[in-house]
Amino acid sequence: MDYATLLQLLDTTLRLATPLLFACLAGLYSERAGIFDIGLEGKMLMAAMASASVAFLTGSVWVGMFAGMAASLVLAGIHGVASITFRGNQLISGVALNFVASGITVLIAQRLFGQGGRTPPLAGDARFEAITLPLAEELRGVPVLGPLYAEVISGHPLLVYVALLMVPLTWWVLYRTRFGLRLRAVGENPAAVDTAGISVVGLRFAAVAITGILCGLAGAYMATALQAGFGREMTAGRGYIALAALIFAKWRPVAALWACLLFGFFQALALRPDVVEAVVQVKVPVPFLDALPYVLTVLVLAGFVGKAIPPRAGGEPYVKER
Amino acid sequence: MERLPKWADVALVPLISLLLAAIIAALVILAIGQDPWEALTVMVQGSVMNAYGWGYTLYYASSFMFTGLAVTVAFHASLFNIGGEGQAQLGGLGVALACLFIPWPHWTLALLGAATAAALFGAAWAAIPAYLQARRGSHIVITTIMFNYIAAAVLIFLLVDVLRPDGQMDPATARFPEAAQLPTLNEIPGFNLIFTSNVPANVTLFIALGMAVVVWLLLWRTRLGYAIRAFGKSEAAARYAGISPFAIIMVAMLISGGLAGMMAINNVMGEAERLLQNSASGAGFIGIAVALMGRNHPVGVVLAALLFGFLFQGGAELGLWTKIPIEMRTVVQGLVILFTGALDVMVRMLLTWIFNLFRAGRAVKGAA
Repeated sequence: MDYATLLQLLDTTLRLATPLLFACLAGLYSERAGIFDIGLEGKMLMAAMASASVAFLTGSVWVGMFAGMAASLVLAGIHGVASITFRGNQLISGVALNFVASGITVLIAQRLFGQGGRTPPLAGDARFEAITLPLAEELRGVPVLGPLYAEVISGHPLLVYVALLMVPLTWWVLYRTRFGLRLRAVGENPAAVDTAGISVVGLRFAAVAITGILCGLAGAYMATALQAGFGREMTAGRGYIALAALIFAKWRPVAALWACLLFGFFQALALRPDVVEAVVQVKVPVPFLDALPYVLTVLVLAGFVGKAIPPRAGGEPYVKER
Repeated sequence: MERLPKWADVALVPLISLLLAAIIAALVILAIGQDPWEALTVMVQGSVMNAYGWGYTLYYASSFMFTGLAVTVAFHASLFNIGGEGQAQLGGLGVALACLFIPWPHWTLALLGAATAAALFGAAWAAIPAYLQARRGSHIVITTIMFNYIAAAVLIFLLVDVLRPDGQMDPATARFPEAAQLPTLNEIPGFNLIFTSNVPANVTLFIALGMAVVVWLLLWRTRLGYAIRAFGKSEAAARYAGISPFAIIMVAMLISGGLAGMMAINNVMGEAERLLQNSASGAGFIGIAVALMGRNHPVGVVLAALLFGFLFQGGAELGLWTKIPIEMRTVVQGLVILFTGALDVMVRMLLTWIFNLFRAGRAVKGAA
């Protein structure tokens, strides 16, 4: 494999890792606050449909993006009501909302456009265009680093950089702000937070709302930047891969970045079986590459690659009096 | 605030949940500019008003009984087995291998062999998540989700690269031999008087019903069933009573995986007669809805499986005869899971409130 191919692979990696990263950080807020969310997939799908539809109808990708966030927030709100207000089973609520999203996105897209549950292809201002970072062309001549900067780091849609910036931001919010401290506390020991006179319900709803917004960005990126429009089931299990990445990263923001890049790299490899074959000298079946993130996650969960300890109060509804 | 009477808790709560799901579904149909009443008519007409429709409804229901029972057994040990889909796909692999590579003299023996293979493969696929939960504390929900995806990858690999006959384009195994094909309801004497045309429902239906009885006996009439339920209610108490958590987690998940795997004798052996990609086609997930709706009791599961069989067949009819896409049934499925599984507290609160209104009314009358 030559350097150009490697750069191509890394470029694809970054593009494919972005939705994973948004969704993974989304899950991080929720799960750190003690609300399990296996509904990331559904929220992404909902946001993808809403953003593509609205972007097509208004011709503005920005309006589309906010519509995607709003759609994702609706599902997040239902999840919040079910799991916080009514203390329902968070896992079941997530599963349910994934099914609802899977079906209703097709219903709405079919109603709006009548094209078999997809949106018409987006073009022009209805899509996020690639941005060339400053000096990308000028620095291309610099050996090794120049092409890396020009090919891999530069030339992505805005949301890719937003996703990358979300990592330090999340770290800062989580570990350096009062809100972050409380958020983490509510996921470990909600009774202590309650005793301190801070609303457990309020904090958890805030976390679930952030999850909704970030999943919205993930879906909007999928439909208006990575691809040009919405198609049925277009998220194709990415919500679950993001969940896997979150566990792989042991619920930490910076580790989440590396996990998402790793899983994005596997997805990029699965698109280029020829490269894989050239490197390892044996024919590797594509399904094997597809399954790698899941296998790795199971290994992590099994404790063979470090131990993943979830937030202590995760999945348990908080009851004020016992 | 008084508690709900038992009959209301058992029967009324799921019915109200179902009603709420139906109301939301009707609103969704209205919102996409269609007529909910017409939709319901089409669904009923196409699934339960004639023998042909019943042939499909019962076929789907048989699959859902297996997966619903699978989820039920795991639920009683307070394990959420979300991996029915993968286990059913592996069960399909077991069926395919048994049917393709063993020369069965008669379908009854083939059925016995294939069912055993299906159960073994399904159980094996559940064994790893179970072991990881029992010994290493990995959350079974996440591992079973991961195993669904791994199962899909394994099957794609096997169907494309290993089991596909030479010269065939689509990723599937060869067709099973004649002796390994199950009689459908229209081929069974007696039933052929009702089912005059070819329907997919087959003898597996009776095995599914039989398994419901077996699961009931297991859970409520055996020592093991007692141990499973005790463990599900309180791990600490079960441990104190000398019940091994490791053994219960393993056994409950093996039974659960085996039941999910056995679904394959219905769809793979009974209907497709060869193993296709994505053979379970979502039935593993519907098992969750069926178990929740059926309140984790075999009788409830059978009834809920029939309901979902109706929804599935009716949903297909919607896709054929109306402008409502077939995905409507996924929405309904999600809504039923949401209301019966996650918002059950809300429904119960609502009912308790209504009951107390009546009680208060009666008390006032009594005083007067």
